[in-house]
Amino acid sequence: MSARPPLTVLIHTCAALLAAVSLAVTHWTGLEERSTALAFGLLVTVGELTRWTGARVREAAPLGAAGALSYALLGEDAGQPTHHGVPQVVAVVLAAALLGSVPHIARGQGPVLDHLARRVLTVGFAAVCFQPLYNRGVFSEWRGPAYALLLLALLALTALCDAVLAAALAHSRTRWPFGPLLRDELHALLGIGSAVCATGAVMALAVAVVGLWALPVFSLPLLLTQLSFRRYAAVRTTYRQTITSLARATEIAGYTPAGHARRVATLSRAVGRDLGLTRPELTVLEYAALMHDIGQLSLVDPVPAGATAVLPAAEQRRIALLGGAVVRQTGVDAAVAVVVERQADPYREQPLAARIVRAVNAYEEKARAAGPLTALEELRLATAEDYAPDVVESLGRVLAQDGLTLPVAG
Amino acid sequence: MEAIAARARAYVACAVLGALFCLFAFPRTHTPWWAVTLLAVLYAGCEQAAARWRFAGTFYPVLLAGAFLLPPPAAALVALPGVLLSRIDQRPRRLRRTWRAAQLVIAVWAASRVHWALGGRDAVVASDFPYALVPAGAAVLAFCLVLTALDGGIRALAERVPVRRAWRGLFVRSLAPVAVHGLAGLMMAVLWRSPYGPVAALLVLLPMCVSWWVFAQYHRERAAHQATIRALVQAVDIKDEYTRGHSERVGQASMMIARELGLDDERIEVLRFAGILHDVGKLGVPTRLLRKDGPLTPEERRVIELHPEYGHEMVRGIGFLGEARAAVLHHHERLDGSGYPYGLRGAHIPESARVVAVADAFDAMTSTRSYRRARPVPLALEELERCAGAQFDPRMVTALVRALGRDGWHPAVTAQEQPRVPAPAAPVSVRPSAHR
Repeated sequence: MSARPPLTVLIHTCAALLAAVSLAVTHWTGLEERSTALAFGLLVTVGELTRWTGARVREAAPLGAAGALSYALLGEDAGQPTHHGVPQVVAVVLAAALLGSVPHIARGQGPVLDHLARRVLTVGFAAVCFQPLYNRGVFSEWRGPAYALLLLALLALTALCDAVLAAALAHSRTRWPFGPLLRDELHALLGIGSAVCATGAVMALAVAVVGLWALPVFSLPLLLTQLSFRRYAAVRTTYRQTITSLARATEIAGYTPAGHARRVATLSRAVGRDLGLTRPELTVLEYAALMHDIGQLSLVDPVPAGATAVLPAAEQRRIALLGGAVVRQTGVDAAVAVVVERQADPYREQPLAARIVRAVNAYEEKARAAGPLTALEELRLATAEDYAPDVVESLGRVLAQDGLTLPVAG
Repeated sequence: MEAIAARARAYVACAVLGALFCLFAFPRTHTPWWAVTLLAVLYAGCEQAAARWRFAGTFYPVLLAGAFLLPPPAAALVALPGVLLSRIDQRPRRLRRTWRAAQLVIAVWAASRVHWALGGRDAVVASDFPYALVPAGAAVLAFCLVLTALDGGIRALAERVPVRRAWRGLFVRSLAPVAVHGLAGLMMAVLWRSPYGPVAALLVLLPMCVSWWVFAQYHRERAAHQATIRALVQAVDIKDEYTRGHSERVGQASMMIARELGLDDERIEVLRFAGILHDVGKLGVPTRLLRKDGPLTPEERRVIELHPEYGHEMVRGIGFLGEARAAVLHHHERLDGSGYPYGLRGAHIPESARVVAVADAFDAMTSTRSYRRARPVPLALEELERCAGAQFDPRMVTALVRALGRDGWHPAVTAQEQPRVPAPAAPVSVRPSAHR
């Protein structure tokens, strides 16, 4: 692995500093309300243990996150005010998260450091916003519903901070543009993010009313949410595998060269990301790129080497329409069929995804015949009529990043 | 048909009378009407949202929170506006809506009554944990019991499900999801009566809604996934038009064999997929060869015999197919080692492939092809038994014979026509994944 990007190093260092200071202070002063600390620590550990790995998802351990946040915002326990401060919150959450990560580290799964750094910084942020003011009695004016709303507002702020952090980490790891990454993170807040925030607030309030009994009672529904999310992620993964396999039908039937669909999909996705498409749009683009040649299955004689880019425009359009018809039958999102159908239209009439597929497909075919530099040059010369200039520019940027080579088949 | 409708109508009328009895005492209770209104609006809103985004099932936490907070008649009233305004897709709409309203009113009333009798209200007000879990648990049990008892009745009367089977599994299936909803309802009720008030109670609904939404997404994605696999198969059927529906039927026969062998549900499902996808490699074989009428030259035969390997190449990346992938590759192997592509013998042939081989041969014999008419089922079975040992695994043949002897052979006509599964009457939001 090469040297880490400076932004990642900065974030990790901040988290490590915060963790070290918190541990030292907690060690110095000792734990307040041991049973509460233990109960929340247990909750976070369980949450981390049930964290799912593998499928790339937004919040991998919602239960752990909700438990950690509710401990950061805990003001009362069964009517009695609590006294723990910021260092104790961070220390307890860190210890529990480390304990819960042991099996994941042992199995060598996933980037644990990023996850831990995010958790420590987010929880630290929430605790810094709440605990010092609460312990000084600033919130004693806020009674009843207003207090609930205050907690919710604090959690929303924390969630925003977490989204920025996550986007920054992803940006420094992948070098994808920061804006779309942040937009995706914010969009995801509406889903599992809002559930985590609401659960964090509810747990803090419920513990204030009924004591620690609230933890098991309320973690069960969230566990259910976690389970549904996991199944959803699993079915999405299998669906993706199926589409990828479907796309290979043309290769096996000898209509297109091996790995063509896969390469076009990978490159299209990179270009789409560079042009700032959202996550759902990227999925549509990827599926469409995978299936862009499927119309050739309806041809009696294969096009030589599957090179559709050199066919007459009318013929290209006919194949595109046939492909759209096949895709429509498959029950995939109708947007995918539209992209496949219109991949051969002049670019001014096309939706953006179809422009990308068209340009990348042409590049892939030409690069195989004449090499990447010549292919890109030919595409640039044809931007007046066939290929969208901004897409070709973006393709050039993406290829320059990857060293102007053909991306290898996955 | 008429008689059944009359019986069902009488049953619904009885339920309505019961519901009216439950609501009868409402004017005499001292209930803050704003609480009833707020909960009723909440419930109706949830129902509308569910209809808008096509969620499955009913959202119980609000109803159960009402049962834990209010006196029984008031709690029952909370359910009424939501159900009466909800959208019903199947006909007869008015009857179904009335039935649904009566059923929910009675169930909520019963839950609230049980909760009240066990002193749950005081436990909620004083947030007396863990005792508050006892009346809440009892109320959830009562709720579930009443719902399933009424549901079983309507299944027996209106849908002609035999009385013995009408109630089977309903209770067990709905208990776990309702219990989770009950916990959320309890938390809502406790927070509602706490100093933080209804605002905090509303927060409980958010994670439940998200969970619900994800569950709906899961079902949508799963359906889309299955449609895609069907489409893959239809693509083969279009190329090889004489075998239309063959894949689905082989899937059905494979499933029957697997069930007869006593395999677990997951493997049965995988074997059904194995049957459906066994010929997917024919996508890679030129259409001209597949449709050729006369005898094939050795060269052409060799090209066609590549289809198991083509098929395996296509499906090997699909993780969930598991052992079905081996079945796609080996379904033309024979026990004596004279099959293709690898000429495996006996137990070296994967079990899934041996199942699909029998199902494939059976359907090939019992359906009409271009070059001959279909054979009757008994003749085909005789032929299979004759070839058992040399070509087919005798265990699989016996299993197929036994399964057909008991259930008969009712193949779906075409690939498009899927066997219709009656919509389960149990109105539970979290259904067990319907592996069929």
